[in-house]
Amino acid sequence: MDLFEHQAKELFAAYGIPVPRGIVAHTVAEARTAAEQLTGRVVVKAQVKTGGRGKAGGVKVADDATDAETKAKAILGMDIKGHTVHKVLVEEASNIAEEYYFSFLLDRANRTFLAICSAAGGMDIEEVAHTAPEKVAKIAVNPIDGIDLARAREIAAAGGLPEKSLDGAAELIERLWAVFVDEDASLVEVNPLILTADGQVKALDGKVTLDTNADFRQKEHESYVDKAAEDPLEARAKEKHLNYVKLDGNVGIIGNGAGLVMSTLDVVAYAGEQLAGTPKPANFLDIGGGASAEVMANGLEIILSDPAVKSVFVNVFGGITACDAVANGIVSAFQLLSDRGEAVSRPLVVRLDGNNAALGREILQNAALPGVELVDTMDDAAKRAAELAAVGA
Amino acid sequence: MAIWLTEKSRIIVQGITGSEGTKHTLRMLASGANVVGGVNPRKAGTTHEGLPVFATVAEAMEKTRADVSVIFVPPAFTAGAVKEAIDAEIPLAVVITEGVPIHDTTEFWAYATAKGNKTRIIGPNCPGIASPGASNAGIIPADITTPGRIGLVSKSGTLTYQLMYELRDFGFSTAVGIGGDPVIGTTHIDALQAFQDDPGTDAIVMIGEIGGDAEERAAAYIEKHVTKPVVAYVAGFTAPEGKTMGHAGAIVSGSAGTAQGKKEALEKVGVRVGKTPSETARLMREIMQNR
Repeated sequence: MDLFEHQAKELFAAYGIPVPRGIVAHTVAEARTAAEQLTGRVVVKAQVKTGGRGKAGGVKVADDATDAETKAKAILGMDIKGHTVHKVLVEEASNIAEEYYFSFLLDRANRTFLAICSAAGGMDIEEVAHTAPEKVAKIAVNPIDGIDLARAREIAAAGGLPEKSLDGAAELIERLWAVFVDEDASLVEVNPLILTADGQVKALDGKVTLDTNADFRQKEHESYVDKAAEDPLEARAKEKHLNYVKLDGNVGIIGNGAGLVMSTLDVVAYAGEQLAGTPKPANFLDIGGGASAEVMANGLEIILSDPAVKSVFVNVFGGITACDAVANGIVSAFQLLSDRGEAVSRPLVVRLDGNNAALGREILQNAALPGVELVDTMDDAAKRAAELAAVGA
Repeated sequence: MAIWLTEKSRIIVQGITGSEGTKHTLRMLASGANVVGGVNPRKAGTTHEGLPVFATVAEAMEKTRADVSVIFVPPAFTAGAVKEAIDAEIPLAVVITEGVPIHDTTEFWAYATAKGNKTRIIGPNCPGIASPGASNAGIIPADITTPGRIGLVSKSGTLTYQLMYELRDFGFSTAVGIGGDPVIGTTHIDALQAFQDDPGTDAIVMIGEIGGDAEERAAAYIEKHVTKPVVAYVAGFTAPEGKTMGHAGAIVSGSAGTAQGKKEALEKVGVRVGKTPSETARLMREIMQNR
């Protein structure tokens, strides 16, 4: 889960990392009040979970409260790479002498953590990393050894930070490591990390990605969930512990196992390429290995409540749960849904393969559920589901 | 023949008394795997499903001569369980547990490295390893395939089962589910190397997924070191950027890690990549028939 800049900075501040004073504003009036409280020049910054907002015009300096109001008006409601700006961070303007870059992140390839540090921070760091990689220090960090002040100073020096910044940067890096470890983050990034005219090292921006696998020991992380931005169907699915992701097509997808469902999305999209209106997957839904009747019913309910869905493809491989159990799950799901007053109203293509596949198919044939078609192979079933969702079908 | 898991393997289960541990211990036993005991410090000295329960992995190894541990403990205790297996120097630890925090996996991997990597770790968040007809350590359904001469390595559980089932008439030497997490113990490359060296394996199926660059690195490895035919499948061509698709590792960010990039990297070194799982099975079928 990614945090907003203001959340990252609140977290940084709690760990003693110097950040500029700032206030979150959701409206133009709030932005004015915030600027009045902060006094002097302020920066109005769009709060969106994507990069490149400076270049998109989402960060503006304001001379006073009236100007802050004008700038906030321009930024609030803006679209930055598909993210609408619902709030801004109004922050005291910093007197920047130098801009650096720093981050801790996971290095998948080497199965360890990495510190990245450069004296050439700011908006063009990606360009620098590309054209002048020698200016960007990448240093492996062993999770067992961790980072102490001396090591933090070495990393800052390796990144080419000048002597005058090393003490301040080292202290900040050591605390950033504490954020990274104690908060179960997979990324903490500060760009730019600045040296102010009066010699202070500060985090002028903050990007933090938290590992949701650690939620069991990070109870307070729940408060960071951006409920407003959540897709309503995704939120409902989450309540039912379903692994559901809303997509923008019209073929509903249910399958067991993340890899198989991902593969199902691909196969349906290929089939759709040939058809009128190019039907595409409407969602990702993994019901897991078990595929009980209740889970199947909940899954179908979520998918059918998406008005874009014109057909549904149930793609199950019977491994741990045999296909007869899955078929019984589908039959019970239809019953459960009709008991809830939400009878299945769109065609359903079912492909069962694996253990007891023949028995499973027989159960579904005998049940003669309305709108249910059985297709033997995944490729043919995907094609049929796409046809049913095609324009004019 | 098989890799890493044979009919001689003696398996213990860490977390044998939990519901998943119990269910899959029984399934492993039913498939003919030689499960010889389990570990739960709070129930040491008792028996569970007819198997002795020990306080530690070290004790279980001493008493049963176990050389494989399958780990079913909850995410909060997984790092501890893996480190215990590493300390006992058990040759193979298969970590089934899903949802292990990335800091924990990275930590136990660093611990394994510091201890000289004497324990091969498979997983976490994986279905385990099966050598059909010989042994089965994990949750791979034993009855969907037969013994044979195809080796399989995969990030995804159900896609593993799908391919094992579609190619059941040829059968498998060993199928390894390495898991889809960002940090895993055994990689595609480790399995490719082992299959290349295994006289019981003639050809290899490799299943990848969006995220990371493991498939690209595997392609580079294949070019240099693998002479046996490899057929591949990559899932996630249509997955949208920035959305996690179930596996923590299956997330595309920026241009790296896309399915298209992986496919191109593999095809460039002569690996045939199927467009769908069934097409992948057909490609392997052709290879096995023309052998």
